[in-house]
Amino acid sequence: MIFGTQTSPYLHAQLSVGQVMAQVIYALVPGTLVLLGWFGWGVVTNLLLSLSLALLLEALMLKLRQRPLALFLTDYSALVTGWLLAVALPPYSPWWLILIALVFALVIGKHLYGGLGYNPFNPAMVGYAAVLVSFPIEMTRWPNPELTSMAQLSFEQTLQQVFLGGLSYWDGLTQATALDTIKTHLRLGETVSQISQGSQFGWLAGHGWEWVSLAWLAGGLWLLYQKIISWHIPLALIGSLTGMALIFWLLNPESYSSPLFHLLSGATLLGAFFIATDPVSASTTPLGKLLYAGGIGCFTYIIRVWGSYPDAIAFAVLIMNMAVPLLDTYTQPRVYGTKGRFGS
Amino acid sequence: MLARLRQWWQHTGGLELKDYHKTASTQQPVRKLSASTAEEIVIPLQQHTGQPPKPIVQAGDFVYKGQVLAVANGRISVPVHASTSGRIQALETRPIAHPSGLNDLCVILIPDGQDQWGDQGLPPITDYQAVSAECLHQRISEAGIVGLGGAVFPSAIKLQRPESSPSPITTLVINGAECEPYITCDDMLMREQAAEIIGGCLIMLQVLQEYTPAQGLNCFIGIEDNKPQAIAAMQTAIDQANDPRLKLIPVPTQYPTGGERQLITLLTGREVPSGSRPTAIGVLCHNVATARAIYQAVVLGQPLITRYVTVTGQGVVRPQNFEVPLGMRMQTLIEAAGGYTSKAQRLIMGGSMMGVALPSDQLPVVKATNCLWVSEPAVSNPPLPCIRCGRCAEACPVNLLPQQMYWYARARDLEKVEQQHIFDCIECGCCAYVCPSHLPLVDYYRYAKADIYAQREARAKADLARERHDFHQERIERAKREKAEKLAKHKAAAQNKTADTADKQAAIQAALARAQAKKAQPAPLSTATEDKPA
Repeated sequence: MIFGTQTSPYLHAQLSVGQVMAQVIYALVPGTLVLLGWFGWGVVTNLLLSLSLALLLEALMLKLRQRPLALFLTDYSALVTGWLLAVALPPYSPWWLILIALVFALVIGKHLYGGLGYNPFNPAMVGYAAVLVSFPIEMTRWPNPELTSMAQLSFEQTLQQVFLGGLSYWDGLTQATALDTIKTHLRLGETVSQISQGSQFGWLAGHGWEWVSLAWLAGGLWLLYQKIISWHIPLALIGSLTGMALIFWLLNPESYSSPLFHLLSGATLLGAFFIATDPVSASTTPLGKLLYAGGIGCFTYIIRVWGSYPDAIAFAVLIMNMAVPLLDTYTQPRVYGTKGRFGS
Repeated sequence: MLARLRQWWQHTGGLELKDYHKTASTQQPVRKLSASTAEEIVIPLQQHTGQPPKPIVQAGDFVYKGQVLAVANGRISVPVHASTSGRIQALETRPIAHPSGLNDLCVILIPDGQDQWGDQGLPPITDYQAVSAECLHQRISEAGIVGLGGAVFPSAIKLQRPESSPSPITTLVINGAECEPYITCDDMLMREQAAEIIGGCLIMLQVLQEYTPAQGLNCFIGIEDNKPQAIAAMQTAIDQANDPRLKLIPVPTQYPTGGERQLITLLTGREVPSGSRPTAIGVLCHNVATARAIYQAVVLGQPLITRYVTVTGQGVVRPQNFEVPLGMRMQTLIEAAGGYTSKAQRLIMGGSMMGVALPSDQLPVVKATNCLWVSEPAVSNPPLPCIRCGRCAEACPVNLLPQQMYWYARARDLEKVEQQHIFDCIECGCCAYVCPSHLPLVDYYRYAKADIYAQREARAKADLARERHDFHQERIERAKREKAEKLAKHKAAAQNKTADTADKQAAIQAALARAQAKKAQPAPLSTATEDKPA
């Protein structure tokens, strides 16, 4: 009998990139549902627009780059990028904002660098940062969860807001986020406890935001349990951010927000479990991951407190993305039977 | 328990599989296949790592079972023996069990059906404690024993007096881990031949004892805990041997625990330094099948002419283990296992993780054939780009970064690949197993290693050529310089000569002048006698 010959190993685990990405999407569901509960139809339009545009752009780029469509579309990486952008952009974002963000994310951030696996920067964050610096007004106008839930704002009104240039009374439905409010009011000389009396504050952080953050945490823990991500990045990011927040808060609790506020505000937990953990653009060694995520935590705190943007996960991730090749080179783990960098 | 704890705080890598597919082939006792009924026996000369032996038989010769067909040729070489009695039909090249499908020189033996031992065989050494290590060592060598775990390195060489080793051998590790999925030949051997294995261990200890201070010598037998029957049988044999040096240690079931370095670290807690052999830390590792072969060679006087082979997989009807005479056609084994099923698509010698795929079953069983795995067709997943998820690094038992090695190997950046310690890679395949992008990672490392070797060789050649050139240049220069020096010397000498003659002329002139002056003035009388020339 004549047999075909291959090379070892002949056994393979039945896990694919598509399955990994699908798990990430499942883990995003609880947070997205909570977001939907607070902010209403705008989350749905964000998601539908973002996902369909992401698939479209991905397919277009694959076609241009003459790559097999079915193989690369079923790796679901474009869907993950689209989903992350959909939940990172303010709900009720106009369609063109989402499109521009996705063009920066997928076309420039991903495919111009060589597509899946070759992008040095986190694609979703490239898209997010691009629209954040280009359209600051649209990007900082978050809807007021008290006024925009599904019961209060109909689907037709949502479509009008997203596609037809906006509702005339839209300004009345939006407000600055808790992170934004803290920053601007602290600069006006108020104290944290005074500012926290405002309506956009809940029991720990932004009103509604706490629950969204906790839902991201739940999804993230599930990813950890499924071993889709390792503990290094979330732990180091949360650790360094809350660590820095703790130091300054202990020094002066009236001018610096509490660690818990930083943890549950903005995109901290979404970033810790879903954004910074993007394997392609993160460091790949255990020590490198700790340094990479620790750096993101530090930069996030620095930009949040002393920078001019309310939240900073996107910038912090992009800055640390640049350090990844260096980190990977200098944090090679000790190989069996060798002395390693620091002796045995 | 300790080993389990260690895994928690220390990176050990490896795979824990749901199913090791071992039960299928362990349901029946080992069946002995006889060479006497075989149509022909094909014995390749090169069945070990090292130089091929020199044949001493010719076509037409009659040989007895166990008779030497070829003698060791060089230091790292062992003889091969006839697996049965019969007539030599030819010495010719035949396809051998190698993925290349290339041919090699084989002895073709037509069995006479008698399967008779001659009287020229090796005399049994029943009381091995009475003979010297040298004698035992020679026996192990002339019985053609090689490492039966897969490396097929001549066992006698490993048992030699360590020449340059910094530390004497203090620990003998016997590898009964058998971590590869599907393979069960060591498991069955331990169940059925535990006493002979322990006998072999004691013989090896006897050899090592002469080189080592006796008090520190230990023998650890590592067996994966998914082989309870083998562990029980071996423990019984150890109890019967009643030797305090022997110690059986069940190890956790995890691929590749049976890797030499991995097992040594698990049993002794020490790491084998990169680029060295285990002897560097005073450890010697042998497989259980090797231990049994040593026992047979010494106590029974039988050279290595049979081995246990697992025939298993979805592609055969009745998976089973066989004791097979070396040189038997693989097809015969498959038939003994009930033949192929409709799923048979691949024939792999060795395990599912590190074995070699064979193009045909018309090949002879050799010393390295521990398992024939006939498997279902491969699930072909098209490879995607690496997403650097790091699963490979988690699975790597050597703590390498396979994703980085892949990246640099792909970029042909060989210097960087080497910096990633590629030569510590044992090619166990764990990284490729877990890769969600289905990348053939091990192939990249094989390629990179081969390329680095080729580059080193080319560099060495270039260095040699440059050295020769430099030497040539230097010689020419020196010749020139010497010639010039010589010339200069001659010139100087010639000048000296002319100067000398001028001086002499002057002296002569002066002497003449003095003589004339003397003549001109008469000598005083008083001194006339004194001045008289003699």
